[in-house]
Amino acid sequence: MSTVEETAEVSRSGEPSLWSRLKTNRNWLAIWFMLPAAIFLILFLAWPLILGIWLSFTDARLARPGQFVGFENYEWLWDDSIFWLSVFNTLLYTIVASAIKFAVGLYLALLLNRHMPFKAIIRSVVLIPFIVPTVLSAIAFWWIYDAQFSIISWSLRQMGLIQENINFLGDGNWARGSLIFANIWRGVPFVAITLLAGLQTVSPSLYEAATLDGASAWQRFRYVTYPLLTPIIAVVMTFSVLFTFTDFQLIWAMTRGGPVNATHLMATLSYQRGILSGRLGEGAAIATAMIPFLLAAIMISWFGLQRRKWQHGEGND
Amino acid sequence: MDKKFEMNRRSLLKGSAAAATIATVGADQLLNYATAWAQAAPWKPEKGAKINVLRWRRFVEAEDAAFMKMVEAFQKATGVTVNISNESFDDIQPKASVAANTGQGLDMVWGLYSLPHLFPEKCLDVTDVANYLGKKYGGWFPAAEAYGKSKGKWIGIPVATTGGLMNYRISAMEKAGFKEFPKDTAGFLELVKALKKNNTPAGMALGHASGDANTWLHWALWTFGGNLVDKNDKVVINSPETAASLEYVKQLYDNFIPGTASWNDSSNNKAFVAGDLYLTLNGISIYVTAKKSAPQIAEDMNHAYLPIGPVGKPTELHLAFPILTFNFTKAPQACKAFAAFMQEAENFNPWISAAQGYLSHFLAAYDNNPIWTADPKNTVYRDVAKRTLTPAGQGSLGEKAAAAIADFIVVDMFANYCTGREDVKGAIKIAERQAQRIYR
Repeated sequence: MSTVEETAEVSRSGEPSLWSRLKTNRNWLAIWFMLPAAIFLILFLAWPLILGIWLSFTDARLARPGQFVGFENYEWLWDDSIFWLSVFNTLLYTIVASAIKFAVGLYLALLLNRHMPFKAIIRSVVLIPFIVPTVLSAIAFWWIYDAQFSIISWSLRQMGLIQENINFLGDGNWARGSLIFANIWRGVPFVAITLLAGLQTVSPSLYEAATLDGASAWQRFRYVTYPLLTPIIAVVMTFSVLFTFTDFQLIWAMTRGGPVNATHLMATLSYQRGILSGRLGEGAAIATAMIPFLLAAIMISWFGLQRRKWQHGEGND
Repeated sequence: MDKKFEMNRRSLLKGSAAAATIATVGADQLLNYATAWAQAAPWKPEKGAKINVLRWRRFVEAEDAAFMKMVEAFQKATGVTVNISNESFDDIQPKASVAANTGQGLDMVWGLYSLPHLFPEKCLDVTDVANYLGKKYGGWFPAAEAYGKSKGKWIGIPVATTGGLMNYRISAMEKAGFKEFPKDTAGFLELVKALKKNNTPAGMALGHASGDANTWLHWALWTFGGNLVDKNDKVVINSPETAASLEYVKQLYDNFIPGTASWNDSSNNKAFVAGDLYLTLNGISIYVTAKKSAPQIAEDMNHAYLPIGPVGKPTELHLAFPILTFNFTKAPQACKAFAAFMQEAENFNPWISAAQGYLSHFLAAYDNNPIWTADPKNTVYRDVAKRTLTPAGQGSLGEKAAAAIADFIVVDMFANYCTGREDVKGAIKIAERQAQRIYR
């Protein structure tokens, strides 16, 4: 072919070589500039993920490489009641905690958005639960929920409302509720402060116009605040759901998944089986099983963000 | 015992009389000993050797102080640099596993239970150290061999074990109508019932408490003749004996203080010292703490062996602490020397004295340490290494047994039934299925 001959000739006749063209060609330059970031992402994000998925198809144990076993780990988990319990727990934990965090967070954000004395101080105080290291707050809650020394049980007993201590972490449903409460306490500030930031971008003139048009407080919220806040809500809730879904520290510090696995989330079960019990393959399979759920959560907000309806309210396509 | 040991005993007695802190064997004395030892010892540490040792984080402060003193003497005498790092019980195994996997970071790990058996092919053969110590100090107890040996080779040196025995309040037991602590399971159930009636309840952990829950629930399973696996590692948990032990533990649980299903390893310590709990299973740490912070409770409490059930012999499980050396270490001689040095009488005697009963020995000669008789309430803890089985029960101790205990299979089986989540059959079925997966 003539082109091949041409290029061969060009390089022979001292024209730019392949290497110098790779160095100067605009398209190639773009690749060079992106390469460091790409390597970083592949090395520290994609590779561990791929390795984790690969591990889930092997019977690897700690300190011993495994054999490829196909879907054996998943087949075993499919029939494992504890695994399904952990899936149920995770969904319950995520849905209930995220919904309440959103409601309370939004309410707090609206309150904090008003003009009031000591605004700055109050806003920073709200952040405290978020600032305290998770493990510390978990230990504080662990004492609050202690079977013998619970301050709540003690107070109620002093008031004569109950005879025996409440079995906060020893009864399955109480334990779930207690952990969800602790997670909400911890997660609300993040939602509230981020939504507050969103609220502050809403131009006051819109409220003035709405007020002049005779809109009630609810209508101002529903038709001015809410539509303008949706993009932020989508982002905040994606993060909130992801954080809640993958929560580990709170559970591990307080119940270790007990009583009788009633509070095992997929993350804690994965750690118990993969690291403590040494069955890396099975632990990786549990962790991999979390991916579809996480992807779904991301997709919802991703497509939500793309839709103008979500961003600007109905009827404004 | 030779004369050297006698001398040491005397200095020890003085030490333990001075305070329950550290037996103050002079630092110089220890250094002199260490120097002489280093010259005579069969292991000659590599020049400029540096070893990284990971150990479990101490529960008794004086024990750690005595341990570090020994490390200091070893460093000075041998020229080996020893870096000690501490991790909590739960974090030892993951760290050791990562080291084993990557072949770097640590040279020795002083961990719990069957740690060396999780990766036997990564452990240095320390048979010479074990033989040396065994010959010098009256031989190893049988449990030591079970913990330390794999396929005829020693892969770890059992250093000590911490006993999980009955801790009870004397006055409460007497009020419940018992002059001495019941020796059989039937009497024990009566006691627990009577304690509940008197509003001085008993309680033992049914949560994911690696130490307490595993210890007493394995005892309960074994003492009724139940077993997770048989001698050939075949899963045999589905048996009438297991069912009987489930029924027994359920009766105990129904008479416990509320909340034991959520207990971790420290819950019973807190409740006992606070005076809310009158009978539990624990190491000697409650007593050690109570002597300091609640003397009236220490005065009124005592310890006892676990009762014996239908099988007619002790079936206790205590928490062993073996030390292993990785075979990728650059200084195998230094590591071996350190492992041997730890259990020489001149080091070991003051050290277990400082531990105040928290550490019990695996070598027969140390039965004579005065710590066991100085306070009669310590005495039962002397024998725990003699009485303990391994987490494998009848089966072979290895990564499968280690995996089963780390996954709380037996603990969850009992908790499933006691808390009413499952019936007897269901609870056993779940445990059987999990065990079969691990022991395939």
